Amino acid sequence: MSITAGIDVGGSYTKVVLLDGEQIIGRAILRTGYKPGLAAEQCLASALTDAGIARDSVEYVVATGYGRFQVPFSQLNVTELTAASWGAHALFPGTRTILDVGGHAVKALRIDEARQVKSFRLNEKCAAGTGAFLEKTARYMGFGTEQIGALAATSSVTVSISGVCTVFAEAEVINHLSQGIAAADIMHGAIVSLVGKSVQLMKRVKVEPEVTLIGGIMRFPTMVSAIREKVTVDVNVPEGDLVQFVAALGAGTLAQHQVRRLAEQGTPVVERADLVGARAS
Amino acid sequence: MAYAAGVDVGSTQTKAVIIDEDLQIVGRALVSTGANVTVAAETAYELALQQGNIHEEEEGVGFIVGTGYGRYKVTFGDTQTTEISCHGRGAVHMFPGTRTVVDMGGQDTKAIKVSATGEILDFVMNDKCAAGTGRFLGAAASALDLPLDQLGPTALQSNRPVKITTTCTVFADGEILSLIGKGKKVEDVLLGVHHSVVSRSIGLLSRVGIDREVTFTGGVACNTGMVSVLNQELGFEVNVSEDSHYMGALGAALFAMDRIVAGRSPAGLVEVKA
Repeated sequence: MSITAGIDVGGSYTKVVLLDGEQIIGRAILRTGYKPGLAAEQCLASALTDAGIARDSVEYVVATGYGRFQVPFSQLNVTELTAASWGAHALFPGTRTILDVGGHAVKALRIDEARQVKSFRLNEKCAAGTGAFLEKTARYMGFGTEQIGALAATSSVTVSISGVCTVFAEAEVINHLSQGIAAADIMHGAIVSLVGKSVQLMKRVKVEPEVTLIGGIMRFPTMVSAIREKVTVDVNVPEGDLVQFVAALGAGTLAQHQVRRLAEQGTPVVERADLVGARAS
Repeated sequence: MAYAAGVDVGSTQTKAVIIDEDLQIVGRALVSTGANVTVAAETAYELALQQGNIHEEEEGVGFIVGTGYGRYKVTFGDTQTTEISCHGRGAVHMFPGTRTVVDMGGQDTKAIKVSATGEILDFVMNDKCAAGTGRFLGAAASALDLPLDQLGPTALQSNRPVKITTTCTVFADGEILSLIGKGKKVEDVLLGVHHSVVSRSIGLLSRVGIDREVTFTGGVACNTGMVSVLNQELGFEVNVSEDSHYMGALGAALFAMDRIVAGRSPAGLVEVKA
């Protein structure tokens, strides 16, 4: 078996997954910050420590995410869409629709049984539909990102939050707080507003079962239950923190295929130029 | 002597202006709006009275008009008028040739088309997104740890704007810091930020039609960088008053004075156009 690495340099966090065959043997996550190349380097080092292996035992590295071009040591770069598709398929082979809610971007994609992306929609221009909306809403009320899930879970009623602009939400939040509305209910309202936007995005690629939810925001149980309420089909959710690592896992899985193909025929499944250029838009 | 007052409760700052019968500003004040809007309105009004050395018991302010998003929280106001009407009225009073007003505040930007008499013919505003408002500049200021009044002067040290690609105000600080991290100069990045905001406001202006003269009002008009980039992009000079920050409050005070004058006429009160 060969060891490969998948690196996902996202807008908020950088994730690394180390695979030995199909087995995850190490992973790490850290804030991307303003030097994506450095974040990738440090994150890989942490994952190697986690797995207890040396750098030179990694045979193939695939990078993805918005900062993939800053990763100096990857053999192949693929778009987040390709990586999400491979990752979701690795965990749930029946996946046909993927919703990926990250800190900076939201993606909805429909794929076929061979992991080919058939249709996709992105929102990366406006924070209102992304995890940043929840982070800011929490911050306006004095809570950190890690407290969002627990806070929303205690809510009993949903407060309507317009979710039109993250900046304007501050005034709305302050208004609600001054009327004595509980922070938990406001947080819950923000999640429901975000879910409304994400589900809309997903409907535009035509939802086909099975639906798989990925991205860091899916760690919050309220988010998943609100999506379950909105879409009529059941949804797959990777267990625990793994939701954050799906694109990295996809990149690592793709790396495994590259290694296999190289060994079998001497030609990789995808040429670097294909994926770097064509789908980058 | 009768006085009239206008109180403009904006999302970020509250402004009060008191004018005399000659329509001259005799008192003005500006405070942060904060969470308690009514208190902010009262404070600004009291400070404007103090600044004008006006004692309410003796001379008295005959009429008070509230405007701005928090105008209904001006509990001591006699009536309310929209900020669109007030900015139009204030701008035409200061610069009678005004046909288009661009008002940039802390959370919104408006393009207003006015007639020679200050009537509102048309307007558009950013109602859904904070990009292209003062907040975008505010985000840049906090990312770069600069006070707001240093933004313009710093940007004007540059003549090579760096293109800012972020639309969303929330993501702007990330892009700014990453550009600085790549070695771009603070002044070049800031000039780029000014260009980004100006290009959005010109987009709004184009929707009502850019008829000269153009008057730039609102707190952002105090930013020399914004004035300079706006002039450059429009290809002509916009009118900017030293009291641009107070234009909405001034317009409200002018409407208030209309009421005082109308109340004296034999016909009694006439309805103020809103």
